[in-house]
Amino acid sequence: MHEMSLCENILGILLDEAASQNFSKVDRVCLEVGPLSGVEPEALRFGFDVVTRGSLADGAQLDIFEPQATATCAACGTTAVIQDRFDPCPSCGSHLLQIKTGEELRIKELEVS
Amino acid sequence: MCTVCGCGSGETRIEDGTKHALGYGHEATPDHSHHHHYGAGDAGASVPGMSQSRLIQLEQDILSKNNSYADTNRRYFAEHGIFALNLVSSPGSGKTSLLVETLKKLGKTHACYVIEGDQQTTNDADRIRETGVPALQINTGKGCHLDGHMIGHALERLTPKDGAYVFIENVGNLVCPAAFDLGEAHKVAILSVTEGEDKPLKYPDMFAAADVMLLNKTDLLPYVDFDVEIATANARKINPEINVLTVSAQSGDGLEDWIDWIGTARAKLFAGYAATDAAE
Repeated sequence: MHEMSLCENILGILLDEAASQNFSKVDRVCLEVGPLSGVEPEALRFGFDVVTRGSLADGAQLDIFEPQATATCAACGTTAVIQDRFDPCPSCGSHLLQIKTGEELRIKELEVS
Repeated sequence: MCTVCGCGSGETRIEDGTKHALGYGHEATPDHSHHHHYGAGDAGASVPGMSQSRLIQLEQDILSKNNSYADTNRRYFAEHGIFALNLVSSPGSGKTSLLVETLKKLGKTHACYVIEGDQQTTNDADRIRETGVPALQINTGKGCHLDGHMIGHALERLTPKDGAYVFIENVGNLVCPAAFDLGEAHKVAILSVTEGEDKPLKYPDMFAAADVMLLNKTDLLPYVDFDVEIATANARKINPEINVLTVSAQSGDGLEDWIDWIGTARAKLFAGYAATDAAE
């Protein structure tokens, strides 16, 4: 449900960048959204279209890159891909996992004109 | 709407209006800019000769603006010796009742303040004020969480004394508040025994973000099918470090342990700050 306010944050960043880097139109936005970021990419797409309407990013293409989530096991040292936070270590079954990647929630790059 | 920066033009309302009296935010956070500062055009700027498409590598956290407000709040708390907790749970877990009972004890010896977040009504702030503790209600309108910016403004209204405890009762929602740092020392997740033991697995982000889980309404344990051990094990699958305390706002069981935890966590936080200062 907070995808809408995240989209407002994205638009805020785009407007800040437009002022500091001198551009007036955003053609493409590339996001990195990890599976453990708490964000639903489809809801983000919906919010992005609504929030950017009439703005410098109206009609911009939204690319969402979804990296894998990985974690290192504090018990056996294995680093592995996980699907959910509650997954056990695939090697030893421990839940003492330290999340390494998968919580990303950032704008990677912009194509502007 | 805030007349200085124009923020809060949505549905968010802070009781008794909003002021910028404490110098929080606008001057203090250089990156605090709202899009309406840029004028009416696409970007409020027309740049001759810049029509060519180009790529900008940004690598910027989408929550960076919220995080900078949260950092400002955290600095404010540190400078004033204030210990702040962010209480998160689903609606109906007993957050407000637990807070009322906590304040009845802690408020006897310490200055306490409460910031209440709900979509509508001042009911919760009214309940807190009945204990004699100053409270401020933020109504988020359609919003599903409190953010760092709202808390900054609330602190300007509330003006907590140095050395105080500030409790922030977030909007009842186990999803969105997990993502928004408010500048608090700890997030405290409250789960009542009338809910399922599997809630930490269903809403993992919140239990990953919290440092403590309070299992509330333990006076009802004889009547409900809830296993404290299983709930604890589930929470630790998500967050192996999480502290678990059992409490009952109704009977008072476990409240002393909870208040002890608050005191210990506070001492640890400020000892950490002192060590950092000494090292510098």
